[in-house]
Amino acid sequence: MNIQFRENSEAASPLTVKTAIADCDIHPARATRTELYPYLAKRWQHHLEIYGVHAYQGMMEGPPYPKAQPNASRRDAYPPEGGPQGSSLSFMQKQLLDPNNVQLGVLNPLNTGQGIRNHELSAALCSAINDWQIDKWTSKDKRLKGSIVVGNEDGLSAAAEIRERAGDKNFVQVLLLSRNVEPLGQRRYWPIYQAAEEAGLPVGVHAFGFGGNPITPSGWPSYYIEEMVGHSQCQQSALASLVLEGVFERFPKLKMVMIEAGFGWAPSLAWRLDKVWQRLRSEVPHVKRPPSEYIREQVWWTTQPMEDPERREDLFDVIKWIGWDRLLFATDYPHWDYDEPSRVLPAGVGEDDREAFYLGNAKKLYGIS
Amino acid sequence: MASLIAGGVDCDVHPAVPHLTSLLPYLNDYWRDQVTTRGMVDLISQSYPQNSPITARPDWRPGSGKPGESLADMQRHVLDPFQLSHAICNPLYGVQMVFSEDLQAAFCRALNQWLAKEWLDRDPRLRGSIVIPTQSIEKAVAEIERCATDRRFVQVLMLVMGDTPLGKRALWPIYAAAERLELAIGVHAGSAYHNPPTAVGWGSYHIEDYVGQAQAFQTQLTSLIVEGVFAKYPRLKMVMLESGVSWISPYLWRLHKFWRGVRMETPWVDRAPLEIVRSNIRFSLQPFDAPPNEATLIRLFDHMQSDELVLFSTDYPHWQFDGQDALPAGLTPDLVRKIMIDNSHATYPRLK
Repeated sequence: MNIQFRENSEAASPLTVKTAIADCDIHPARATRTELYPYLAKRWQHHLEIYGVHAYQGMMEGPPYPKAQPNASRRDAYPPEGGPQGSSLSFMQKQLLDPNNVQLGVLNPLNTGQGIRNHELSAALCSAINDWQIDKWTSKDKRLKGSIVVGNEDGLSAAAEIRERAGDKNFVQVLLLSRNVEPLGQRRYWPIYQAAEEAGLPVGVHAFGFGGNPITPSGWPSYYIEEMVGHSQCQQSALASLVLEGVFERFPKLKMVMIEAGFGWAPSLAWRLDKVWQRLRSEVPHVKRPPSEYIREQVWWTTQPMEDPERREDLFDVIKWIGWDRLLFATDYPHWDYDEPSRVLPAGVGEDDREAFYLGNAKKLYGIS
Repeated sequence: MASLIAGGVDCDVHPAVPHLTSLLPYLNDYWRDQVTTRGMVDLISQSYPQNSPITARPDWRPGSGKPGESLADMQRHVLDPFQLSHAICNPLYGVQMVFSEDLQAAFCRALNQWLAKEWLDRDPRLRGSIVIPTQSIEKAVAEIERCATDRRFVQVLMLVMGDTPLGKRALWPIYAAAERLELAIGVHAGSAYHNPPTAVGWGSYHIEDYVGQAQAFQTQLTSLIVEGVFAKYPRLKMVMLESGVSWISPYLWRLHKFWRGVRMETPWVDRAPLEIVRSNIRFSLQPFDAPPNEATLIRLFDHMQSDELVLFSTDYPHWQFDGQDALPAGLTPDLVRKIMIDNSHATYPRLK
């Protein structure tokens, strides 16, 4: 986070800027409201001007839980040439990519065409944002790779978008958000997984999104902090759904990345799934193996925001239970809860684990040599 | 497995209402007539289908009737063999599912009277939880006050998945009454199904609902803490029942981090979430959702940095463990004593 609060922690890690890293969660933004128009048919430009975007929530602009900072982003991340944080490639290079020696940066555009009730508009916006990623970002800086954003509620058009982009080296994954109209294991989303598996692309599930459901099983909470902390509960329920609907069993080559929802919960969820599955497996005969096995083999986690125990070494127990080979370092640039690469891991981590955590796991997962 | 000790408190046992008609003697003429003329059916929640394996251990399942409906069985299965000093009865009858506050209030009152007469009167080891009609805060408080004159009621019972997050201010009169009357608030697994049972919508399966209970507890803890319930009611104790325990520390590490980041949004939260949990929140032991190995258990309890968080439970008649193995391996004798006896007495002043 960009608020200094680790004053009691042990010495910062010995990582220096010379060590190359992967940043698996970067959020590129549009500099202007109409920046996508060149990629949209006239019909949709007209639609946006007249009707705007109707998401599965009531506000025409912005979220119903006001963020802690403008655009949920760092106050020092406004580009000098103007525009919102994250909207300038040159400033991103200067502030993030160059000083941190980012060798691979994975772009996860938010506020795109996802979570929109008009599914045709959703598909058009997603396709536009994919073209925009190439033009504005990945073709101009080879360190950056895009995520194929898909209209999440219409599995067939989403699958078509994936197939159209398959093999395009500008993209390294398919992007979904955690909150959808139904839990992510439901059949309406299966065409997405099938197409991603065929294309050999991991599916990233980033925290956030709008699906119309109350964001707790007891209805709508009051505060932004509840939404933020609650991303991990949404993600757990989404992952449980993926396991219990048999998505991993049906698509055994599918790889999924849990993005920006923490990872500390992963061992507990897997243990709970295993224990309950022992009792209730006759209800879900399509789940053929203990749930933890699917998770261990087919799921990765980005690190930011890292859970922050009082005794930081406690986190190592959790990482060990998950596996050092399953974590992907991420900063979440330019968002306010950015994790600073040089301060994330305390001393005492072996060189191999450290390298895997910062770079190796990501290169392997995303097929970057 | 660690050795049990005598004199323990089981904070989560479930006496079953045999049928809605069992409550008829405790309803007034009007409601008795409503139940019969409208053909109201038994209130069985999807959270615990009667024949589901988690609803009853195979050797605790009766030949006929609902698991947990016989006091003699409960005595034979848990009260005697576990040498309990007390067991706290948490009825899971589906009264929370109805929407009418009048009907719900009548059912809750009947249920509490039934519990006192048919269970608490018949075994001095038993203690009760007050089931409340949360569709009306006023009626809920009235029911708490009515029952509280009977010191055998030691707790107020709410479901983890209800109509609103539990920290919401509208519910605070319930917490004020509980604190004033020395009652803990027990939050039990289960849903009123007034909202989808996960934060991302309706899943397909019973197993999914059950796994999801842990996430529901997590969102409720966030709500209770950030809305300021424990700043307002510092003596209030809340017990998460059938919540699971292995998620507690990583969850708190996350909450703590965000609280430090955005505490300006909830300035009344004047203590760190970790401290609030250590002073005001407790968790029942079962289901113990961690692998059965000692090394992991030792780390999990060490992460909690407190030996006061966990209260002994069997979750009778739910199937969480076999035989007498309610205590996972690796607990030290000191911790066993805290979990089985001391922590419960510190949580429930009315046990004295």
